[in-house]
Amino acid sequence: MAWTWFHRLGSPPYLYSLAARLTPWFAWPTLVLILGGVYGGLVLAPPDYQQGDGFRIIYVHAPSAWMSLMVYTTMAVAAAAGLIWRIKVAHAVAASCAPIGASFTLCALVTGSLWGAPMWGTYWEWDPRLTFELILLFQYLGYMALRSAFEDLQRADRASAMLAVVGVVNVPIIHYSVIWWNSLHQAPSVMKLAKSDMPATMLIPLLMMFLGFTLFFVTVLLIRLRGEVLTRERSASWIREAVTL
Amino acid sequence: MAAATLLQAENLHLWRGDRHVLNGIALAVEGGECLQLTGSNGAGKTSLLRTLCGLMYPEEGRVLWVGRNIREDLRGFHAELAYIGHEPPLKADLSPRENLRYWIGVRWPLASDVINDALERVGAGSYRDRPVRTLSAGQKRRVALASLALTSVPLWLLDEPTTNLDKEGQQLVGALINEHLERGGLVVAAIHHDLSVRATALRRFELTRE
Amino acid sequence: MSDRIASAGDSVAPPVEGGPTVRLRLRAATPLSTALGLTLARDLRLAFRKRGQLVQPLVFFAIVTTLFPLAISPELSRLRDVAPGVLWVAALLSSQLALEFLFRDDAQDGTLEQYALSGQSLTWLLFAKTAAHWLLTGLPLALMAPLAGLSLGVPAAAVPGIVASVAVGSVALSLIGSMGAALTLGVKRSGALLSLLTLPLAMPVLIFGARATELAIKGGSFGAPLQLLGALAVLGLTLAPLATAAGVRINLE
Repeated sequence: MAWTWFHRLGSPPYLYSLAARLTPWFAWPTLVLILGGVYGGLVLAPPDYQQGDGFRIIYVHAPSAWMSLMVYTTMAVAAAAGLIWRIKVAHAVAASCAPIGASFTLCALVTGSLWGAPMWGTYWEWDPRLTFELILLFQYLGYMALRSAFEDLQRADRASAMLAVVGVVNVPIIHYSVIWWNSLHQAPSVMKLAKSDMPATMLIPLLMMFLGFTLFFVTVLLIRLRGEVLTRERSASWIREAVTL
Repeated sequence: MAAATLLQAENLHLWRGDRHVLNGIALAVEGGECLQLTGSNGAGKTSLLRTLCGLMYPEEGRVLWVGRNIREDLRGFHAELAYIGHEPPLKADLSPRENLRYWIGVRWPLASDVINDALERVGAGSYRDRPVRTLSAGQKRRVALASLALTSVPLWLLDEPTTNLDKEGQQLVGALINEHLERGGLVVAAIHHDLSVRATALRRFELTRE
Repeated sequence: MSDRIASAGDSVAPPVEGGPTVRLRLRAATPLSTALGLTLARDLRLAFRKRGQLVQPLVFFAIVTTLFPLAISPELSRLRDVAPGVLWVAALLSSQLALEFLFRDDAQDGTLEQYALSGQSLTWLLFAKTAAHWLLTGLPLALMAPLAGLSLGVPAAAVPGIVASVAVGSVALSLIGSMGAALTLGVKRSGALLSLLTLPLAMPVLIFGARATELAIKGGSFGAPLQLLGALAVLGLTLAPLATAAGVRINLE
């Protein structure tokens, strides 16, 4: 039963209509969570005793950084599925993920830089986590550049998928870099949820932002995916019935 | 002993972007048979040959060799075929002898005199030590054909084997193929005109553009 | 005519029970080690027939290391401080230059395709090509680097350390680069794209290599970063050839 559903996912028309139906289910919670998280983070949460109000950028920085890793992992998994089982829509998913992931990475780097200036006295530091996160941005850009270098779509799909899979090694490196090296960056504090040091008023908006960003990713992915499917299937017959002008 | 079907293709579908290059192709080739693929440019002859040898993956359908799907043991299948594409795969800075030594020698051990004999057979003996860059297109084609004289694989997949060859060269191709067919081998060749092969062993398969 | 009929033991693939049989005698294939030796020999021979091209990355390396004293300062004490970085960036860029030609010619004239169809392991054959490439570019770089280092004020005692770190690091760089080269086979003028793909993965090599060189220059023990470089090289040796072969197959489709 589950297998037939998985098989149907591979069919572009089904995926197209499924994505259309699912989008509002993700879009509205995204809006609510992000608005709630922003309000909670900017207004309700008390100022940090060390950093004052400057710490509030964490509500954008931490989720962005987390998403940059999560999106790359999603992209790599989809790429692997496309490579191994030759599922064409998997390549469409990976292609849709890349610009989103690159944006999150850039956001994480910029917000991190803005946060770092008052905290560490400098806009940039070549410490492991920052450096590898910058490398991640280059990996996203490399993926998109390789994709656009090929005229043949199939080759573009498969070559860039290979690149994504090989590059996934950077994701655990970034994640564990703060533990492996003595880094300027603070050790993970949010992940240890049960033993977290943050008070609830600080933590809950942060969790809302994490969830909101995740749902935001899914929403944008679904929208982009529909666009990808349309482009790839533009000469197929089901397009005419599915797309009403 | 009745000739048996050795190479089979079932319901091959291949897309290249929006183009439906192979549309439900099915064919069967028996031992001792030469299948000529004909069709206009862009009809999919090269794509079909590449699908048959396993370089291209069809979206649907499969290729069978000696009754088994080639995907099950692709390398084993490759060990039993010889493929010569559009351009003779020769390095310009090496001589024909060196080229054959590195090209075919990687597959089977070759003694120096065996290579010389093969080059003589195709009429390339006189320029066997000159760099390939100095040879004409027809001469390069002959050197590529010499590779066929060095293999003993059953399946030959040839893409336009007579390009750039004069009348004598075309007869040579026919002779090589005839000998191969008599030994029980099979040939699939993409070609515009008829090969000078024994008529009883020749079949045609036409590909049309959609 | 019994001599035309092969016995079951001769054919490479055992015939299917009750199914059609292959009537030609099939010879034993070349053993893998011989095939690798032939591939290596071929690439080395080809490179020596085009000696001009062989020298280009080394000349590039020499020129780049010359640019830094011109741009920074001719004072040896200052140059000594930046020497590790200069040597490694120059080595990295030179190896990038050479990478484009690793598979390019073979892809264009169809010999790469013949390797894929040879019945031998494509992974191993491409590894042999990468090894030849390292012998022709990485190893000479490792031997030239100390000379460049000396011109930047590096003490003579640091020479073994520099040679060791560049030699090991360039192995990793060749392997990482072979993956990028395989993926960009079908792309025209892929130089910049190849660098964009390979340099992010090459950065750890740069970090450890420069660190090892720095320690060697200061006279300390450079064992730790050298071991890490070695680990990267070993990691590359085990994983890169597989990715390279996959990349080539993708571009042959």
